[in-house]
Amino acid sequence: MIARWAVASLFFVCLIGIWQLVFNTQIWSPLLLPSPSSVMLYLWSAVEDGTLWEATLVTVRRLLLGYGLGILIGLPLGLLTASFRWSQDTIGVLALGLQTLPSVCWVPLALLWFGQTEAAMLFVVVMGTLWSLIIATDTGVRTIPPIYSRAARSMGSSGFHTWTHVKLPAALPFLLSGMKQGWAFAWRSLMAAEIYVTILTGFGLRHLLHYGRELNAMDQVIGVMLVIVLIGLAVDKTLFAPVERLLHRRWGTARQ
Amino acid sequence: MERLVSSTDAVPTKLVLEHVSKWFRTSSLHVQALDDVTLRIADGEFVCLVGPSGCGKSTLLNLIAGLDRPDRGTVQGDGQTISGPGPHRLMMFQEAALFPWLTVLGNVLFGLKLVKGLRASECREKAEYFLELVGLKRFMHSNVHELSGGMRQRVALARSLAPNPSVLLMDEPFGALDALTREQLYGDIQRIWSQHRKTIVFVTHNVREAVCLGDRVILFSPNPGRIREEFSIPLPRPRDINSVDLARYSTEITRVLKSYVHSEVAG
Repeated sequence: MIARWAVASLFFVCLIGIWQLVFNTQIWSPLLLPSPSSVMLYLWSAVEDGTLWEATLVTVRRLLLGYGLGILIGLPLGLLTASFRWSQDTIGVLALGLQTLPSVCWVPLALLWFGQTEAAMLFVVVMGTLWSLIIATDTGVRTIPPIYSRAARSMGSSGFHTWTHVKLPAALPFLLSGMKQGWAFAWRSLMAAEIYVTILTGFGLRHLLHYGRELNAMDQVIGVMLVIVLIGLAVDKTLFAPVERLLHRRWGTARQ
Repeated sequence: MERLVSSTDAVPTKLVLEHVSKWFRTSSLHVQALDDVTLRIADGEFVCLVGPSGCGKSTLLNLIAGLDRPDRGTVQGDGQTISGPGPHRLMMFQEAALFPWLTVLGNVLFGLKLVKGLRASECREKAEYFLELVGLKRFMHSNVHELSGGMRQRVALARSLAPNPSVLLMDEPFGALDALTREQLYGDIQRIWSQHRKTIVFVTHNVREAVCLGDRVILFSPNPGRIREEFSIPLPRPRDINSVDLARYSTEITRVLKSYVHSEVAG
């Protein structure tokens, strides 16, 4: 465990070292490639004056709201498409089609419908999450070996009980990977939405990034990018990884 | 010791199948799985259904379990027409149909919790009792994937026995196991059967296995599935699958089985 930490830390230290070395050679102007220390300095100042916290809070709140809403709608719809042919042929096909649409494409529509509001932002995130989640849930439930349901049925389970006690738990590994994918899509959608929807209700991380570019402040651009990556990583490590580990242990699919 | 069971009136009849036919239709295929099958099984009897694959044995089991309905004829349990699955007739499947998201104990509890009027403490007690019976109490908190194939089938057995069904339906339950593990389980199942007096309908394509376990061995022929012949096995119990007496029976039955399978192929 300690060895793994050591390897990981060493890797990132090396990465920063290379960055510093490249900076030292002065091949690119410091305006285009700031030093690691100036990025750290920016981050520090942004933490101190509160802009970074504020932006992170605004962004994460939007993300959780949109993602949560996406799951709330997507999960039941996915279960529905997996259960009936008519819903497969209607909602299923719709989801399959809309899933291929990059979430940026929802932005113009959202802007026209909702204007420069939080609702527009939320709409884009939900649209970005929803369809892939429906498809992941649908696939998950369909992949359950039919023998589970038969065994349960033979023991007297039926209807709602079979759903909650057999089909859902059996589909859990698929649901989780669907939710992980949904998370990634939600993140991307929000970043797209935050560029185009400039509103006064909240100044998100992506806005920070955007204004970094407008001001030619490369240390800000890289700093904010780092924060975005770190948030994604942190969510994966703290939210998904423990559940994943638990499932791997139960199902016996654990990697050493 | 000797126990000679025939489905006469002396023992109450548990299961009655009369003139049962069943078809399967897919878009390209129209197959008759069972043709005019009539069968009576006495209470507490151990009946083995033997035949090559595709002879409708598993279909018959599904009908008795209530997982499927006959197209023609009737299937009755305790004098009542079977209209759906129920805790009195439990099915044990070939591959381990254990639920990987539950522990060993959780799996055994699954069926128990579906029995009406059973308190949580009683469920737990029964589950532990049956895990003890199959020798796996030590493993009750294990995950399913941590067990060997033989242990998994033991858990499946405990899961089917726990809700106290009067009929146990076994669909090639030991098919995927190695010979040694299987022999152990033959011992277990005979012991449990003699202690708990279940009616067991056991499907297999292994004649020796059938002779080792069954009071009666019923031969099926395929396309469509029909009962061809039946044999009483009056050997004393517990039976050893390697005994000479048993081999005599299985040789005879295998000869009959081959004769009509071959004639079917030739004709």
